[in-house]
This record gives sequence, C-alpha cells and structure tokens, in this order.
Amino acid sequence: MTVALDLAPATEAEVADILADCHARRTPLRILGGGTRVENRVPGETLTLSRLSGVVTYSPGEMTLIARPGTPLPEIEQMLEAEGQALAFEPPDMRGILGRNGTPTLGGTVAANASGPRRLLAGACRDHLLGVRFVDGRGRVLKNGGRVMKNVTGLDLSKLLAGSHGTLAVLTEVVLKTLPLLPARTTLAFPDVTEATALRIFTTALSTPYEVSGAAHVGGAAYLRIEGLDSQLAYRRDRLLALLAEHRPEVMDDAPWQAIRDAAHFAGTDPLWRILCKPTEAPGLCDGLRAMGGDCSLDWGGGLIWYRGPGNPRDLAAHATLVRRGGVSGPAFPPLAPAVARLQDGLRRSFDPAGILNPGLMDG
Amino acid sequence: MTIAMPAPDSRVIAQAPRIVAALRAVLPPDAVIDDPQETRAYECDALTAYRCPPMAVVLPRTTAEVAAVMRICADMGVPVVPRGAGTSLAGGALPTADCVILGTMRLREVLEIDTANRYVRVQTGVTNLSVSAELEPHGFFYAPDPSSQLACTIAGNIAMNSGGAHCLKYGVTTNNLLGATVVLTTGEVVDLGGPEMGPAGLDLLGVLCGSEGQLGVVTEAVLRILPRPEGARPVLIGFDSPEVAGECVANIIRSGVLPVAIEYMDEPCLRAVEAFAKAGYPDCPAVLIVEVEGSKAEIDDQIARIRAIADALNPVEFRESRNADEAMAIWKGRKSAFGAMGRLGDYICLDGTVPVGQLPYTLRRIGELSRQHGLEVANVFHAGDGNMHPLILFDANKPGDLARAEAFGADILRLCVEVGGCLTGEHGVGVEKRDLMSEQYAPDDLAIQMQVKDVFDPGWLLNPAKVFPLEASAAHRARAAE
Ligand SMILES: Cc1cc2nc3c(=O)[nH]c(=O)nc-3n(C[C@H](O)[C@H](O)[C@H](O)COP(=O)(O)OP(=O)(O)OC[C@H]3O[C@@H](n4cnc5c(N)ncnc54)[C@H](O)[C@@H]3O)c2cc1C
Repeated sequence: MTVALDLAPATEAEVADILADCHARRTPLRILGGGTRVENRVPGETLTLSRLSGVVTYSPGEMTLIARPGTPLPEIEQMLEAEGQALAFEPPDMRGILGRNGTPTLGGTVAANASGPRRLLAGACRDHLLGVRFVDGRGRVLKNGGRVMKNVTGLDLSKLLAGSHGTLAVLTEVVLKTLPLLPARTTLAFPDVTEATALRIFTTALSTPYEVSGAAHVGGAAYLRIEGLDSQLAYRRDRLLALLAEHRPEVMDDAPWQAIRDAAHFAGTDPLWRILCKPTEAPGLCDGLRAMGGDCSLDWGGGLIWYRGPGNPRDLAAHATLVRRGGVSGPAFPPLAPAVARLQDGLRRSFDPAGILNPGLMDG
Repeated sequence: MTIAMPAPDSRVIAQAPRIVAALRAVLPPDAVIDDPQETRAYECDALTAYRCPPMAVVLPRTTAEVAAVMRICADMGVPVVPRGAGTSLAGGALPTADCVILGTMRLREVLEIDTANRYVRVQTGVTNLSVSAELEPHGFFYAPDPSSQLACTIAGNIAMNSGGAHCLKYGVTTNNLLGATVVLTTGEVVDLGGPEMGPAGLDLLGVLCGSEGQLGVVTEAVLRILPRPEGARPVLIGFDSPEVAGECVANIIRSGVLPVAIEYMDEPCLRAVEAFAKAGYPDCPAVLIVEVEGSKAEIDDQIARIRAIADALNPVEFRESRNADEAMAIWKGRKSAFGAMGRLGDYICLDGTVPVGQLPYTLRRIGELSRQHGLEVANVFHAGDGNMHPLILFDANKPGDLARAEAFGADILRLCVEVGGCLTGEHGVGVEKRDLMSEQYAPDDLAIQMQVKDVFDPGWLLNPAKVFPLEASAAHRARAAE
C-alpha cells in the first residue's frame, strides 16, 4: 500500500464525489479509518478517512459529541477526560493484536461497533450512537438520527451502520453520547481460578445491584471491576468481598483493564478469533478450544471469548469471527441463516448497488 | 381530521369473503373476526381522533399461525397492520378498510427465564409490566417502563422502541433488546440476534426495533434483564421559573450523579394534578422529581449532592421522602398526570425531544405558541433526556378545535427540530407525525429508509400508509403493487 496513491478526501463533498465516480465506474474501494480494525483484504483502491477529521461540537452539559470519522480516538478521549467524561463503552485499541501502527479513529470504532469490558454494563458502541451522516454507494449524502438522547423518528439506520464495517456506506460524521467518568474504581482479583470458577464468580457478582463494570478472565486470573462515586465504592467492594469470600478475592487498584480491553495478551501473528456465546457456555467452550491447541480469555462476564490458536472454532461455536487471519483462509464472519443472509444482501444492494464498498469484507 | 389515508384497495375489499375463508382455514375458529360489530373494537389505538374498522382481525396464538396469516395476505395482496395492545399514541395501529389487523396479544407465554445469562425469552403479546412481575421473585427486572406498562405489550414496545421514566439510566427498548423472532411477509421466520451480546452480521435487530411494524411481525423476544436495585428514593424540587428548573436538570447531569429519572411538570399540569389527585405539590411554576437508586447510604449521598446543586439555584422547596409512603406521595401527582389532564378535556400528547440545553428556550416558545393558537398546553415530561411531552388541550366537540390543536402540535414539533431535536422521542411517527417527516429529513434521507422497507417488505403490505409521507412513499407503494 503506497500512501501517495490513496484517496484521502478532507470533506464530505469530496467523499461524495469519489463514491459517485467509483459507483459509475464500478470500482471497488477499501475503506480505512486509521487502518486498525478487522483485516481488510478487499481488492481495489484505498479510501483513507484520516483527513476527514476533527470535532464538530462537544457539549458536556448535553452529553453529546459530534465528530468526523477520521478523528483520532486518543484526541477524543483526552478532550472528554478534561471535562470529567468518557465514551462509556470503552473503545478498544486493536493495534496490538492486529500488528498495525495507525491511529485508531472514531469512525473505525463505530464501523466496527467496537466495545470494551464496560459493554457488560453500559452497552455497546451502537447503544451510544445517537446519529450519523454518511455517503452511500451511489454518492448520496445522507443522515439519520440526530443529537438527542431519545429519538424514534423513522427507521434507525445508525444502528445498522454501526458494525457494518464500511460495507454499506462511508460515515462522514458521528454523534455519540458521552457520560460522566465515575470518580472511583477498584478491582477484585481472583488469582489462579479456572474458567468454570470464574463463571461462578461472574454469575454471583452480576446478579447483585453493585453495577460491576468489568468481568474478565485472563491468564488464569479472574477480575471484577467496580466503579462509582467515592461513597459507593467501599460499600460495593465490601459487599462483593463478603459474597465471594470462598474464592479468596484480593483488592487490586492497578488491574490490567486496558490490556484486557485490547486483548493485548494475544498480540502476535497467529490466528485470533472473537467468539460470542451465552456466558454459561463459556467454560465448556474454552475446554473444547484448548483441546484444539490454543489459548482463551474471557471478557463481558463470559459472553466474549478470545481464542488464539489453530483449528476452526466454528466447529464448537457458531458465533465466531476471525479477527486476525494468521494464514487462515475463508470467510472472517460467521455464516447466517439463508433468509437473514438474503435480507443482508438486499440491504447491501440498496445502499451500494455497484458493490464498491469493502466488497466481501463481511461475507459469512 | 387533517391526516389523509390512501383510498382502500377496492380489489382487496371485493375479495373479503375469500380472504376471510382462507384465514379461517389456517386458524382456530375464534381467531378470525370479520363481524363488523366486533371489528369495531379495533378501529383505533390511543390516537382516538382517527378511526377506521379493518376488513378483518386475526388473533393467532403461535408463530406458525402468524406465518400462515402472512403467507395468505402476501398471496392475496392484503395489507397487514400488526397490533399489540393498541396503546400507540401515534396511530401506529390504526387500520385501513382494506387491511387485516394482525393482533399478537394472544402470544402470551414467558418461555425462558435465565438469570445466569441475564435474559428472558418471551412471546411478544406479554405486557410490559408482567415481564417485570415474572422476574420479581428472581430479584431481576426489565428496565424500559412506559407509563402504559400495565397494558402495552412487548411487541408494541419493540415496534415503537418505547422508553419510560427510568430510561435516563437504563436506556430505551433498543438498549435492552437482545433478540427477536420475526415473521417476514414471505411467511419465513427469522431470528435476529439472540442471547449473545452482538449480531453475527449486520445489526438487523437494531433497525427492526422502532420500525413501527414496517419490516416484519415480531412474535418472540429475548430481553436483557437487570438485578433489582437495593432501593430507590425520589426528591421533589420546586422552582419559581421553568428556566431555573431546566438549569437544575443540566447541572445534575453534568455533576456525575446519574439519577434513574428526572421528571418535569409545569404550572398547568400542576394545577390539574392538584385538582385531581391532591398530591400536595408546592404552588410554583415548575416541579422536578428526581429519583436515585442504591443502598441507603448511597441514596443519602446522591441526594445530598442533588440538594447542593438545587440549593445553589434557590428552590421554592426541596422535599425529601423519608419512607415508602412519602416516596409514593411524591410520585402520586406525576403518575396521575395523564389521568388528570384527561379530565380537563380532550388532548393530544406530543413527545418531541430537544437537546437538554434547549429546554428553557423551547418551553418559553411553547408558551408563546400557546397564546398564538389560543389553546392551553401542559408540559409533563422526562427532562433528563430532553424528551418533552406537551399535552395540548382542546374540545373535540367544538368544530375546528382538533385541527387547531394539530396545527399547534405541528408548530411545536417544528420548533423541536429547529433547536436540534426530533419529532418523536418515544411514541413513534405512526400517522400522527407522518406528514411532518420532511421537516426532519431531506427526500434522500427518507428514500434510504424506504429502501430498507423495500428489502424487508417488497410488497409494501405491512402498515403501508404510516411513517413516510404519502407522496414520498407513493412510488414505492406503486412499484410494490405491480
Ligand atoms: C397513557 C399512555 C401512556 C404512555 N406512556 C408511554 C411512555 O411512557 N413511553 C412510551 O414510549 N410510550 C408510551 N405510550 C405509548 C404506547 O403505550 C407505546 O408506544 C407502546 O409500546 C405500544 O404498545 P402496544 O402493545 O399498545 O402496541 P400497539 O399500540 O398495538 O402498536 C404499536 C405499533 O407497533 C406495531 N406492532 C404491534 N405489534 C407488533 C408486532 N407483533 N410486530 C411488529 N409490529 C407490531 C403496530 O403496528 C404499531 O405500529 C403511552 C400510551 C398511553 C396511552
């Protein structure tokens, strides 16, 4: 990839011109934010959104952020932090596991619907997306949703575009809800427990009203994160310590939540899979996955398994996405039921009739 | 009556006996209604100014029966209007004379309660309140709580992406919906989403939720459930100006305290509530009810913070509740607000949403518009997320009054869009706001939404005259009819 040849529009109008032209010529495009998400092996020219960057409006009092897709995530995080706020879904930084060195962007985060450990409590990226502007595969400049917290005016296409990996449209502006950063946090760590025990710990903790905001199992240890106002934290911590005493919890103030968020423990080049399951199925799946020869970790209270290693996890779990190929060929996304696949194809054709936007990227 | 519906398809009406016979062949005898005496019960939803008895009503009990109905209607080109409990305030369940009402309220089973994986699977005819009631013994609840929760069904909640008083903290339906079983117009049954925390491909569930019965008929749902909080307590704060009340809302939100609810009531509403429910609210222009959750100590701490914020703004009154009775007394007036307003006469209830910072200006402008149109308006709403509920009072027996109320309502909604908000925060577009959609969306923005409907419902048989302005959808409907 030679950067000089990239298409790098700096305005929405330029995006529209490029897409209209590629639509007319039926020329496929690979859409890149900072180039730090799912492996993109789509043929064609590269459309880079890094120049379509910058914050349009940030209103802390209204808890809304409007920004262009190429805006670097670190820039946004700093700006929000200065106001005591954050993107509650905790966007991950996938550079480590994908071996990239670009800067993660807001657009890439939304296009991948990427969410970190707090997804468990606060919802996914798409739950914080209030509205979008975008250009479809014909080059039409469009919008959906808005900048208010509640909006049921017409069909919710923002949700559809979140997680569409640039296969339906090119995002040109996103509106996200921001939330107050809770002032205090701590972690209960359970060193040396199996996934089965971790799951018992998660189930107990997540049935309490203490708003556990992270429940992960990495490298043989389980972690529970609690966050809140200063007055809440000690109370919640002590209640959980008592409830889980038999598992010998330790209080930890520097738990590796950022590494957990980024699945940093699975940096490398061999195949890496992301598997969604019912939490109670996770321990059994992990046993099966390890028998194939690799390693697992858990996030989202067991609802998310990272698997690094050989074999085909789809033999065990339907909902497996290949995040890093490591030499594995075949579709990266899980297969869909025929009627669902037909709907999905139909939507692709209506958003992008010439099939120019990351064609094939999400094939199941 | 200022909102037009397309002329019924005479070819469909001419076939009514054949259509009803075909439906009877696949459904139990009590599940097909075509006696005009009985179909009248389905002539409207909670937008009662608009009425039209349907050609027939079907009340299936299973997904398979819903699928059989859809196949027949698709084959014979019959429009289908899905219906839950009929509490839509936007005319979402309003029939046309050539349609079959497909009521899902007999699909009423709770199929699975899985607290370890934190979801329930229900048939969508269950009422919103009964889901939380089923969960109570398990220590869990389902968060979205529309005021109509005693009657409204999960099907309607999904179709409208309904919210409630507590969505400031817990989100609306779409944030609490994990999966849905949907019958397409082909009669195919598809599962979108499921107990897992994310879709396998595109987020079709995300576009289904809030689609107002435009894309498919939802027969089962997987809902996210939450552990019940230890306790909850409201405070009541009175202010001598709406602007200051609005400022208080914004300051609370910025402070980092996240209340579960911030409700607002203005003077006309307070007057009606006082006359009707004798709630003992302070006599002032604006009242906020703020509810926080947690353990006793957590609640005390949060209330202290809220008091500090409010005190800085010189409230007329800051009333705490020391026990369950006092808490109930604080909520009593808010909960009876709709009933109280109903006693004042007829009303239309809008739910335009504005950015929180625009609340004071918007309230002032609504007051001006009220004088201009010569109709009274009361405001009672979810202030924390800017979701207004202006209730316009009118007299349905007075010629021209409904039209005036609708014109006033349209002005309010235009105002909401103008200040950066939207036409509807939780009630949906239905027929009520259909013709205002072009205020918020450009023609292409509507076109792409209608293209999504084309994919799910190529025949435009599901709720075809709703949501999109008729002239905007004309070409899609005509193409579909070929
Ligand atoms: C007094 C009162 C208070 C209210 N308070 C609130 C509130 O606080 N918050 C709020 O959000 N709303 C509120 N509402 C509005 C209304 O209750 C909600 O929109 C509710 O979700 C509708 O549910 P329902 O079962 O009555 O659906 P219906 O009114 O029967 O239908 C609503 C829509 O859903 C579609 N639909 C119904 N069933 C299906 C199905 N199986 N598949 C696909 N589509 C279907 C219909 O076609 C229609 O478009 C209130 C209404 C009233 C009368």
